Amino acid sequence: MKCKGRDYMKVSEIAGILEAELLTGEENLDMEVHCACGADLMSDVMAFVKENVVLLTGLVNPQVVRTAEMMDIKVIVFVRGKKPDEKVIEFAKDKGITIFITKHPMFIACGKLYSSGVTGRGVWD
Amino acid sequence: MGLSNSIIRQNYIIPADDFSLAGEASSSVKKMLNQLGVPPKTVKRVSIAMYEAEINAVIHAGGGTADVAIDKEKVLITINDEGPGIPDVELAMKEGFSTAPDSVREMGFGAGMGLPNIKRYADKLDIKTEVGKGTRVQITVLL
Repeated sequence: MKCKGRDYMKVSEIAGILEAELLTGEENLDMEVHCACGADLMSDVMAFVKENVVLLTGLVNPQVVRTAEMMDIKVIVFVRGKKPDEKVIEFAKDKGITIFITKHPMFIACGKLYSSGVTGRGVWD
Repeated sequence: MGLSNSIIRQNYIIPADDFSLAGEASSSVKKMLNQLGVPPKTVKRVSIAMYEAEINAVIHAGGGTADVAIDKEKVLITINDEGPGIPDVELAMKEGFSTAPDSVREMGFGAGMGLPNIKRYADKLDIKTEVGKGTRVQITVLL
């Protein structure tokens, strides 16, 4: 993947591109992201093997955070302006996972990241 | 890695009805493996395989138990339930085949990827099941 000549993009840059609001997890803003996964099915996310992933999803329940925990995914972006409840945010905070919300729908959010250079893909068997 | 010849054993109850809490046992095992110094990629494989099996026990069988045994060669996870059993294991192993209700699908599961994902990440998967009695899913990940 090339992000304007680099092979990564910082979490803070991703937030900027998606005009996303940070809900928790400021500590990961400088982290490098190598690729993105957009899915509403958590088992599909778990078939996705790659490191330094940002997860975009329209699902806002605690199992999204749990899936991210198992997958070592440190950044979740909730699309379509969906806001998770406080319990989900607290759960993510506890696990050191960053949560953003963006008003953009899934397709547009993925498109914006892709056209900014986040073109790396995971390995699907 | 900090494992001697001894075996570490842990048992967990997988609670029945609280889907929002499902995954506690897998989370606890993940933490333990990290503390033991198991390589992150291996930890991830164990975590995902066990989490999918745990979710399955919650979705299909009203919970169950998880037994974890770790020695210097492998992690062995045994998930037992007393649910309805799997009538056709070969069919259940197919990607996309699912008997989960819509309520589960709304939570992001039940897409027919659970068992295939477990197989993908485990070195060995053994399923013993009897209709009306229950299922034992045994996952081995080599260290």
